[in-house]
Amino acid sequence: MSQPIMRLESIYRSFKQGRQIVPVLQDVNFNVNSLEFLCLVGESGCGKTTTGKILSGLLPPSSGKIYFEGQDIATLKGIEKQRYRRSVQIIHQDPYASLNPTQTIFEMLSYPLFHHKFVKDHTHARTRVGELLELVDLTPVEDVIDKYPYQLSGGQRQRVSIARALTTNPSVIVADESVSMVDVSIRIGLLQMMMDLRDQLNVTIVFITHDLALAKYFAWEGRIGVMYLGRIVEIGKTQELIADPQHPYTKVLLSAIPEPDPEKTRNKQHIQLRSEDIPRLTELPSGCAFHPRCPWFVEDVCDVETPKLGIAVNSSNNVEVSCIPLQQGKVLNIYDT
Amino acid sequence: MSRKLKDDVVLKVDDLSIVYQTNRGDVKATNDISFELEKGKAMALIGESGSGKTTVSLSLIRKLPKNAVVTKGQVLYQQRNGEVQDILKLSNNDLRKFRWQECAMVFQGAQNAFNPVLKISKHFEDTAYAHNWTDKKAIRERALNLLRLVRLDPERVYDSYPHELSGGMKQRTLLALSVLLNPQIVILDEPTTALDILTQRAIIDVLNEMQEKLNFSIIFISHDLSLAAEMADVVATVYAGEIVEIGDVNDMFYNPLHPYTYGLLTSVPTLDHTEDLLKSIPGSPPNLINPPTGCKFHPRCEFATDKCKTENPLLLADEGTHLAACWHPDKVLEARKETV
Repeated sequence: MSQPIMRLESIYRSFKQGRQIVPVLQDVNFNVNSLEFLCLVGESGCGKTTTGKILSGLLPPSSGKIYFEGQDIATLKGIEKQRYRRSVQIIHQDPYASLNPTQTIFEMLSYPLFHHKFVKDHTHARTRVGELLELVDLTPVEDVIDKYPYQLSGGQRQRVSIARALTTNPSVIVADESVSMVDVSIRIGLLQMMMDLRDQLNVTIVFITHDLALAKYFAWEGRIGVMYLGRIVEIGKTQELIADPQHPYTKVLLSAIPEPDPEKTRNKQHIQLRSEDIPRLTELPSGCAFHPRCPWFVEDVCDVETPKLGIAVNSSNNVEVSCIPLQQGKVLNIYDT
Repeated sequence: MSRKLKDDVVLKVDDLSIVYQTNRGDVKATNDISFELEKGKAMALIGESGSGKTTVSLSLIRKLPKNAVVTKGQVLYQQRNGEVQDILKLSNNDLRKFRWQECAMVFQGAQNAFNPVLKISKHFEDTAYAHNWTDKKAIRERALNLLRLVRLDPERVYDSYPHELSGGMKQRTLLALSVLLNPQIVILDEPTTALDILTQRAIIDVLNEMQEKLNFSIIFISHDLSLAAEMADVVATVYAGEIVEIGDVNDMFYNPLHPYTYGLLTSVPTLDHTEDLLKSIPGSPPNLINPPTGCKFHPRCEFATDKCKTENPLLLADEGTHLAACWHPDKVLEARKETV
């Protein structure tokens, strides 16, 4: 396998809230392989956005190392550092908040082009912005290029955001909930466009979402990482993870999701949690953070030892899980509960 | 009053049209909407943002914004004793009684609707007092029962302030509060949006259980098709202020007759299909100040013909239970068969 384009190594990140310290990420490790579809999934507050920001360099980790093309980014300086910042771009969630309302689309997209000297003059910039808008299917370009964001619909704005992320010829794009603010009927169009961009421009896209079905669609050929309270609890090939989830949290999550099919969704077996309350990040349970809710909780193991990612022994999958009973070879049977 | 409704119908909306008067012109938010809600049934209104779903639900409790004008139609409500009222003509006094006692509404994002300086108990008491129910002990007893029904620790929650509860707990408390006065209809506006998956699951389970025990009717508004598939008995698709298709939940999902319903179904990924054949609906919803001529969906419709551009298909009543306002329902049905 080729070298991963990015790697996170035991990343911790905490925020101060008054006198309290909130640990948002704990011991996060994963690789972003070149040109793969990687999706991070989790509920609100699990740290997926923070991970995205750390990947794109918008937020430094409290501790841990980030590697970009094999180099620790903390050691990068000058031109090298600039190259990293250019190469990793982020698309934010809300296209109504992330575009400057006082700038036209052209001003917005040409600024980074001039700043990084990708273009020499105005005419050149206009051609390049036109190309970018065509890439994101905002055509005819003349109709859009001199407009302000308020003149565009939500879907069009998100396309502008994507075009803006492409201005610096990035090799990695972090898309943070990039389609959750647009209407259902146009989501898939946006997603398909982003998937096409990978082939056209050789960018690796890390997609962050709370919607497992969407993650499955996007990363069908790639991998999914499931996060819970600041840790990755399961990561592996999408097709294996969806067909045969290993970690209790993933199992519960998959069983809980309603599906757009009346027969199936009504006959689906739901795994009951031991508790419905999500622990606060400031009062995290000892051991595995999921143990107070986990239906397969093993006393004196799960509440004592903090699990790390590893292979589940009795599984044909290559999926990595952070669950001690699984790593010791326990089989989690649904009818146990 | 002489109007009669069938015994099992609790609410009948007839040709309801509402416009919002704005500086740019009249926004035709709903157009000739008609439907019936049966006792103990759940009906889902699905559609994109701006399709008029919320306008319909607000008109049912007469909570429309000031610039809204009902230009046509009536909303008939059948009380438990069989008496029929037109909600749009109720006096203010009767309207106060109607709201909450007969029909309760849970608004979108209502987890934030609690008054932060009042305890949950006070919210329950205030609601009861406003409807001339003053026995504090009895109120407490009923509230605790309802809180138990929504699977909360009743004593603890009843004496809490809203900030002491999580989002999911607040949503469940709100559901309990909405049925405090035993209404016949509960309207839910996006009941699970903005909640986490596991919390959503808890809310859905609780709602199903409540409906079974208390036997009220539900109208819920959502853009989430999965939720409709899970909870609704009847589904109505709303597009550009019109109900374009209405029918039994299975008919709607397995044999859609309107291209918009079909489009929505083919644009959501599912978990259990291995490979999805998904596509978006091209274009965006129309401007409701100057809606397109003919069928309002024709600019985005892959099956549109010249007829669709000039003649608006009607949703015909009294003809079976699965209706669609489309000139080419057979083409849609065929296309759906190919994708499944």
